[in-house]
Amino acid sequence: MIKVKDIKLSELEMRGAYCDALIAVAEKNDKICAIDADVQFSMGTIPFYKKFPSRGINCGIMEAHAVGFSAGMSETGMIPFFHAFGTFATRRVFDQVFLSCAYQKLNVKIIGGDAGVTATANGGTHMPFEDVGIMRTIPNITIIEPADPAIYKTAVQYMADTHGVCYVRSCRRKVWQIYDENAKFEIGKANVLFKGKDVAIIACGIMVYEALKAREILEAEGISASVIDMHTIKPLDEKTILKFAKECSAMVVAENHNATSGLGSAVAEVLIENNPIPMERVAVFESFGEVGTQDFLQNKFKLTAEEIVLKAKKAISRKK
Amino acid sequence: MKFCEKATKTVSAEIRKLTITCMESAGYGHIGGSMSLCDMLAVLYNDIMVVDPKNPKDKDRDYLVLSKGHCGPALYATLAYKGFITKEDLKTLNKGGTKLPSHCDRVKTNGIDISTGSLGQGLSMASGVAMGKRLQGFKGTVYCIVGDGELQEGQNWEAIQHIAHNCLTNVVLIVDNNKRQLDGYVDDICKQFSLKDKFNSFGLEAYEADGHNVKSIYETLIKARNSQKPVAIIMQTEKGFGCNFAEINGFNHYMVFNSEQADSARAEIDRRLRNHLENTRAK
Repeated sequence: MIKVKDIKLSELEMRGAYCDALIAVAEKNDKICAIDADVQFSMGTIPFYKKFPSRGINCGIMEAHAVGFSAGMSETGMIPFFHAFGTFATRRVFDQVFLSCAYQKLNVKIIGGDAGVTATANGGTHMPFEDVGIMRTIPNITIIEPADPAIYKTAVQYMADTHGVCYVRSCRRKVWQIYDENAKFEIGKANVLFKGKDVAIIACGIMVYEALKAREILEAEGISASVIDMHTIKPLDEKTILKFAKECSAMVVAENHNATSGLGSAVAEVLIENNPIPMERVAVFESFGEVGTQDFLQNKFKLTAEEIVLKAKKAISRKK
Repeated sequence: MKFCEKATKTVSAEIRKLTITCMESAGYGHIGGSMSLCDMLAVLYNDIMVVDPKNPKDKDRDYLVLSKGHCGPALYATLAYKGFITKEDLKTLNKGGTKLPSHCDRVKTNGIDISTGSLGQGLSMASGVAMGKRLQGFKGTVYCIVGDGELQEGQNWEAIQHIAHNCLTNVVLIVDNNKRQLDGYVDDICKQFSLKDKFNSFGLEAYEADGHNVKSIYETLIKARNSQKPVAIIMQTEKGFGCNFAEINGFNHYMVFNSEQADSARAEIDRRLRNHLENTRAK
């Protein structure tokens, strides 16, 4: 049973864990290549370029071209992993991802860094609160938001092995290490961390840790909460959502993203069509990002365990 | 195989007629920009490109990326001529469930290498194919046709700079310089200034050719294929060229037309070809 006090910061930064995983799959598959847009340092891909100089291509500051270029490479059998900040890997290049990659069923992996408030000092211009919503509209795309290096490793292996367009939103620095580093996950299947009976908290990315903290606060108040890490946002694990909707009859969805169109919206779509239980969202409401430390921004946008607790109680109070 | 001007001119007439037939089935289409393409497509597929309808996904093949994807019917006509699709297929343009949508779609159409339609994206994909070929040791050249109006899209210039930086000599940029775009003349809407100077300053070798003279097209493509630097070819063309009802319409980007007009256009194409062949023989 995971106790919050036992959770430590990860040894590796997420970007380091990512690059290690990419190198590991590239050692076994010579089709894997890295495409960058002048943020190699920020995205942590420099070791890949050192290891495989001919398979790393830094296009410079031209994200639209880099995505199309990746699509073309994949047509010949290469497996390009394109890296940029989450803002520029999605909203800036939406048409290129949509038409140059997904529409023609090509095999391109898109890694968006600095998810939501983890963009910290880069501020509102670089703070993606909308990337999942944008990408979720693309048919048959896979969207993953790993909570820690262990899931990230699984995501990279999945991308290397699976044809199609995949978007991973991640952060670059150290995160709370939720899982054992050798833990196994299945992309497309939610990871149930706790089974409770009063409310289910579904979270992804940095909000998984906040959900675990919220669970302990709720437990101290006699409320039993489930905690589910929904690392794969698309395709969504509807079966697990509906199982916990039935068992808990109240749900909170917590995400480091805006409340319109992200994981919360995706879960709501499933509930409304199948089992419309009370559901509350912990997310960013009608706001642009801004500069600040991650703590400041999580408090500012109410992406906290305390907010999850409030919303959990609200959802429970709405049960009929 | 030795280049034969008469033979290729005959092929281009056939492609023109098939293009008109293709759009005739729908009753409308992007006739102007399709007509300006026909001669270069005839040379590419008849004399230059290594492609095989029996092995359309051969890794060593030459690729064609028609970035101005709205002119799909001209490419479909060429693919029908080459045997990638049937001539009967041409009559299904834009019909529900067709494999020939108005804009090129690699998933639907045998012989289409890259889907296009959102202007400005083709050259990036073409250069990616070229890099993929280079990294894996595959043979073949990637020919990418863009419209002159389409060069207003900034992504082209990202791609051009990146092609030059990587010295990707296995991709050839071909501009269908027909001087017009949807809303009118390119120079009235957003002047292109000197394309040649722009390409040169971005690091490409720039050649010009008469885009309606198959010999000029052929010789320039051969020069491009042998160049040690990446090349852009500016094909000087006329929008609507070779289709009588489009030629007389200054606004021919997209036209609605009937079978009578189509018959007249095809007859005129035959007449001009006969004249050309007779004049060539007389010389």
